[in-house]
Amino acid sequence: MSSTVRQQVLVLYLSTSALDSRVLGWAMYDGTGTETHTTGDSDQVPYETGLEALRAGWRLIQHPILIPPYPGEEYSTSFMKYGFVFEKLEGIKQ
Amino acid sequence: MNASKELLTSAAMAEFVARGFLRFDALVPPAINQAIMRGIDRGEISGHPAGTPLSQCYHGSPIRLLLELPRIQGIISSLVGDDPLFDHDAIHVREPNEGKAQGLHADSIIDTRAHFDIQLMYFPHDVPLEMGGTLLLPGSHFRRVNEMDVAAYQNMRGQIPMVCEAGTVLALHHGIWHCGRQNKTDRRRYMFKLRLNPAVRQLRLWNTADLNEQYRAHREIHAGLGRDGSVQDILSRLEPWFEAASGRLEIVNRVKLWRFLTGDESFDVNYWLSRLENMPA
Repeated sequence: MSSTVRQQVLVLYLSTSALDSRVLGWAMYDGTGTETHTTGDSDQVPYETGLEALRAGWRLIQHPILIPPYPGEEYSTSFMKYGFVFEKLEGIKQ
Repeated sequence: MNASKELLTSAAMAEFVARGFLRFDALVPPAINQAIMRGIDRGEISGHPAGTPLSQCYHGSPIRLLLELPRIQGIISSLVGDDPLFDHDAIHVREPNEGKAQGLHADSIIDTRAHFDIQLMYFPHDVPLEMGGTLLLPGSHFRRVNEMDVAAYQNMRGQIPMVCEAGTVLALHHGIWHCGRQNKTDRRRYMFKLRLNPAVRQLRLWNTADLNEQYRAHREIHAGLGRDGSVQDILSRLEPWFEAASGRLEIVNRVKLWRFLTGDESFDVNYWLSRLENMPA
């Protein structure tokens, strides 16, 4: 048997642009194939804040860029603004 | 429409404006649920050309029994008028033991109108949690997104899986984010959806007898509104998934829709718009 690594991805949507602010939404993808996740599969927040995910061993690989509102669109709302992407690399046996 | 229809109250309308949906548990009686399930099983439920007045639809169909219930008539009349246009219907089926859920989405395409369509979602049989139920995200209806753009969001604080008894009806704003949750049972799950377009200006169509000068009076901003069930209170409630800053804009979105629905161009909550509109010459 050989050993290799696969990526696990966690996306946390936070309340503000600060990494230690509250988690409002989340998504998980498991490249090891151990777990499967889909829409609406949990009401249990995985971490209370983004910082808590760091402390649990997740590595931050992308943070949101702050973009000023387009003129005329200052009061409209759309996507979640503060999505932070994390990863873990996990070994699997082949 | 039947004269005995039961129009919505202003509090219910405020709830719809704030959260984008109204929920009526076990509203439809068992005999009609059973008639509609028989119609579904026999393939007898069929739609009409888009744009047909609803009064001309479903004659001879068990769906007509549903539409003639006074509370259903009141919901429809209050939100989109007495004789809205049939847009489309669909019997949504979630197969047994599915591998995954549908992605979160808003129906149709991006829609920036103040005017709104409604979608009635009707659950003709009991839906336990393991069967999934439609998932909806309260307060998402003002977010400008195009259909499946939001499928990346697997779970959100405050999301509601529709676990309900047979005969439950949802009335949704067209913009609400929703999806079909995974059905983990060995039974098919059904949900009947009907989209309706307004054919009249959506202006004070509900029972507005409780709207007076007092309900719209400015209040002390930092005193809090209290949870008194008033229109201002309902429109000020934040959903648990709102970002700290965007949550304030969602209240503004609600105020704008309330102004549209009442024709009251100076109505406000928490002074959010009045402050911006103060531009002395």
